[in-house]
Parts: sequence; C-alpha cells; structure tokens
Amino acid sequence: MSAAVPSMPGTRRFALLRHGRLLTGAILTGALVAVALLSLLWTPEVPTRLRILAKLKPPLSEGLLGTDQLGRDILSLLMVGTANSLSIAVAAVVLGAATGTLIGIVAAMRRGALDALLMRMMDAVFAFPPILSAMMLSALLGSGRLNATVAIGLFTVPVFARLARADTKRILRRDYILAARGAGKNAARIAVDHVLPNIAGAILVQVTIQLGLAILTESGLGFLGLSISPPAPSLGRMLADAQTYLTLAPWMALAPGITIALIVAGFNLLGDGLRDRLDVRRDVSA
Amino acid sequence: MLRPVLTRLLGLVLTLLAISAAVFLVMSVLPGDPAAIMLGTSARPDTLAALRSELGLDRPLPLRYAAWLTGLLTGDLGRSVTYGVPVAKLVLAGAAVTLPLAAMAILISLLLGLPLGVAAAARRGSAVDAGVSLFAQLGIATPNFWIGLLLILVFAATLGWMPSGGFPGWQAGAAPALTALLMPSIALALPQAAVLARVTRTATLEVLGEDFVRTARAKGLSRRQALWRHAVPNALLPVITIIGLQFTFLVAGAVLVENVFGLPGLGRLAMQALAQRDVTVMQVVVLLFATLAIVVNVLVDLAYLALDPRLRNAA
Repeated sequence: MSAAVPSMPGTRRFALLRHGRLLTGAILTGALVAVALLSLLWTPEVPTRLRILAKLKPPLSEGLLGTDQLGRDILSLLMVGTANSLSIAVAAVVLGAATGTLIGIVAAMRRGALDALLMRMMDAVFAFPPILSAMMLSALLGSGRLNATVAIGLFTVPVFARLARADTKRILRRDYILAARGAGKNAARIAVDHVLPNIAGAILVQVTIQLGLAILTESGLGFLGLSISPPAPSLGRMLADAQTYLTLAPWMALAPGITIALIVAGFNLLGDGLRDRLDVRRDVSA
Repeated sequence: MLRPVLTRLLGLVLTLLAISAAVFLVMSVLPGDPAAIMLGTSARPDTLAALRSELGLDRPLPLRYAAWLTGLLTGDLGRSVTYGVPVAKLVLAGAAVTLPLAAMAILISLLLGLPLGVAAAARRGSAVDAGVSLFAQLGIATPNFWIGLLLILVFAATLGWMPSGGFPGWQAGAAPALTALLMPSIALALPQAAVLARVTRTATLEVLGEDFVRTARAKGLSRRQALWRHAVPNALLPVITIIGLQFTFLVAGAVLVENVFGLPGLGRLAMQALAQRDVTVMQVVVLLFATLAIVVNVLVDLAYLALDPRLRNAA
C-alpha cells in the first residue's frame, strides 16, 4: 500500500521563494567575491595613494564614490577592503569549522568524560565574544590580520563543535553504523566514511552563515583598530575614519556600511537557501 | 527539579573557574611589567623591585592567581595601574552606563521584534510577512556601529534633535542621561530585533500548526484569541533561548557602540585599558563580560526548566 502524497497549495510559490533566496545570495556573494578578486589585479586608483589636493571630494566629482580625508579613492579602498575582510573571514571560519567539527565528532564518538570535558571547554570559549578575545589577543600578538583571524576563528570553534556533536550523535544511532562496526571498521574509518559525509551538508550551511557573522565581526574589529594594520584598507577602519568627517563628508560613511551589509546579507541568503535545498534540519535545542 | 538545577550550577562554577584562570594566564604573560608602567622609565631598579614585591609580582604564577581570585571573591578587584584608583570604582562607573544601555537595548528589541514576528506569522505570505522578512534580513546584516553612525548623521548632525554623543552622568538627572542612551540603545537593539522577529515568526508558525491550537479554535475561540492565548505563550520558549544567546553579542556590541557615541561604559574602559596596558583593569572587565554571558545562559537554561515541565525529568 502506498500512501498518496497530498498536494499542498502554495508549495510551488514557496519553492520559488526558496530558490529566489539561494539565487539572490549566490549572485550577491558571487559579485562581491568577484570584485574582491578583481582588486588583486586592478583598482581604479592605487588605494593607498594620498592626494591631499583632492581630499574629501563627493562621489562622481573625483572617482565614482569620491575621496576620503587623505584624498584616497573610496571605490579602490572599498574593493581592497572587501578583499581583506573576506580573506580574514574565510581563513577564520575554515580554521574554526575544521577544529570545531573535529572536536564535535571526537566528543560524540568517545562520549563519557572526554565528551563532557570538551563541551565544557567549548562553553567557556563561547563565553568570550570575538571582540573581547581580540582585545586580549591584540595585547599579546599586537593588532593585525593574525589577531583578527584567531579571535574570530576561536569563537567559531564551539559553534561547529556543538553542531557536529549533535549531528554525529544522531548518525551514530543508525543501522549502517552498526553494520560498519560489525564489519570491523575502527572509529576513525567510521568517522571518515560515514559520519563526515552525512554531516557535511549541515556544516556547509553553517559555514556560510558564519562567514556572514565573521565579516560583521571583522568590520567591528577594524572599526576599533584591532584588525588588519594600516595602510592596508579595511571596511571597518574606513567607517572609523568616516566618523571624524561625518558632517563634512557623509559619503565616507555610506559606501563601506552598505558594502558590509551586502556581503553579510549575501552569505545569510546563501546559507538559508542552501539549508532549504540540502534539507538540513535546524535544531535549536541540540 | 533540584538535580538538573544543581548540575547546571556546578557546571557554571567550574566554567567560571576555567575562564578566570584563562584570563589571568593570558594577561600575566603579556609583555610589559605593570610595576614598570606605574613608575615610568626613569625608575631605579631597587624601587622597581620594591613595588614588584608589594604588588606580589615576584611570587610564582599559581600563588598570584590564588591571591587574585581570593581578592575577586572578597570584593578587592585590585588597583588600576594607570589611574591609581581601585578597579572596583572604575568598573562600577562603567557598569552604571553599560548595564542601563544593555537593558534599554533588550527592551527595545523585544518591543520591536516580538510584535513583528507574531504579525508576520499571523499573516503568513502577506505583505506584512514580506516586510518583516526584509527588515530581518537587513537588520541581521547591518553592523550596529554603522547604524549608530547613521543615527548620528540624521538625528544629531542634520536634524539636531539628539546629542551626537557623550554622557552627562546620572547626577545630571535621569532625563538627560536616558536621552544620551537612546540612540546608542537603538543602534544596539535593531540587529537584535531583527533576529528576534525572525525567531518569533518561525516559533509562532510552528505552534500554530499544533493540535492544541486547532482544539482551541474548535472550542470556538477566534483566530486572534487562539493566537494570543495559546500560540504566542508557547512560542516564547525558543525566543528566550535566543535572547540568552544574543546577550553575548549585546556585550560585544556595547564595546563598539560605546566607542561610536563616546559613552564612558565598560566597553570604553576595556579599550582604554588595552591602549594603556592596564592589565588589572583588563582582567576584571574581560572576566566580568564573560561571566555575564555565562550566567545569563545558565539563567536561560533554568528559565527553560521552569517553563517547560517536560525537560525537568529529561535532564
């Protein structure tokens, strides 16, 4: 006997909406990554070139987006700043996701005291917002790219540890794990052959979401002067500069803020779209 | 009921101990000798040695940690290396700005996020729903310090309705102080409100599909009555979890927003201490922030136990 699948009115429309999110996210992210990559080869001006005579020029009067207090071309700063922010975010999230996933899988498979110890450690790490650990680390390492990457990566580790642990626990109850154990596979083999492929979708979705969060955090660190060191452009520091000239040159504050919001929205939409597409269960209580 | 509560409290104590040790360790391996910072570069070696021994810097690390921890527990937070005043005094002054700021931000985000989320769920697929979704997407993606800059640009620099920053202090009266905190708390609240609206919408939609809501409707309650009496109270559970998780971001956000608006809160205190290598102040502020985040999360766990009887035996 086969159960008939009831047709649900409105499903098509929602399906369209889902693909819309995935598509919008992919286009936004793709475009900004393309701009970041382009900045490695070409920018309208040399972003660090100072032109005091052309300082604080409004958009279109000098370059597409105007110039800052030192006469630097804002569009060029924006392109390189985007590339810098993205590279820090990607490095931090990849680092955090790899470490966290490993910890989560080990905790779930070994269980007992090691599991409890690892997860309490994760709780402790999670208690430090990245801005706080970046402040502590910058006293230790000095502020810069490394400091920002480590601080954001550190905060990312517990997110993936919890996710990987919860998903691994669910998968370990499946029959094919029992079969694999019966076939004599050791824990490491099971983790690589069965656990990892089955949690990869959820990890990928979370990586996308965390990338958005990492961009947001990096911009905050840049604003406080705790991220990549000058003269290398950063979206956050552009906003810090803009604050000084807020009434004189409001355009300095607009472009970097909008760029940050677009990158983050792009990653969030992409993550939401991927989640629906890959049908990853979102379990807040896990 | 008692066992899960005790388990969580024990976990809390252990986590706090681990965190305090971590903070102390990181801060004590920092380059720069607090005694040398206090005395300046022209200090004589024997004066330096005397101060080091007075501050206990010549003792081994575990002993110094134990002394610091005992001090914290007895209310002696140490003395600021740069200001020469008790750290407790600086922290209290900062908390008198940061805590009201955080409280106002939470209040605004609840007042904005909950109704928006419920409205979107009640009219799923409508223009209201689409509008709330757009607000949520934008709010989540926008840095709070940038919202702060825009608020200053519009309401202070252009319209002149609001002060662009600074804090008159509570002794100037509640009205000027609260006015000074209004724009910063809105900047801090908007991204949180966006997250809340989104979570409330999802949670309400889930509950609306449950049997007891259908039963309530079958009993003759109107859609509106079923929504407010049965669906919304039950949807609030996951929302509480999110508020707890958001608290960590709120604390971090306070550091940024205080810098934008020049508020003399804990975040600014921490940034200044960092710039001046004031280790005693840094240690306490960082530990305080982390402790707040952890305690709030345990409180959320406990609130969950109190609100959802099903969890009491499961844990």
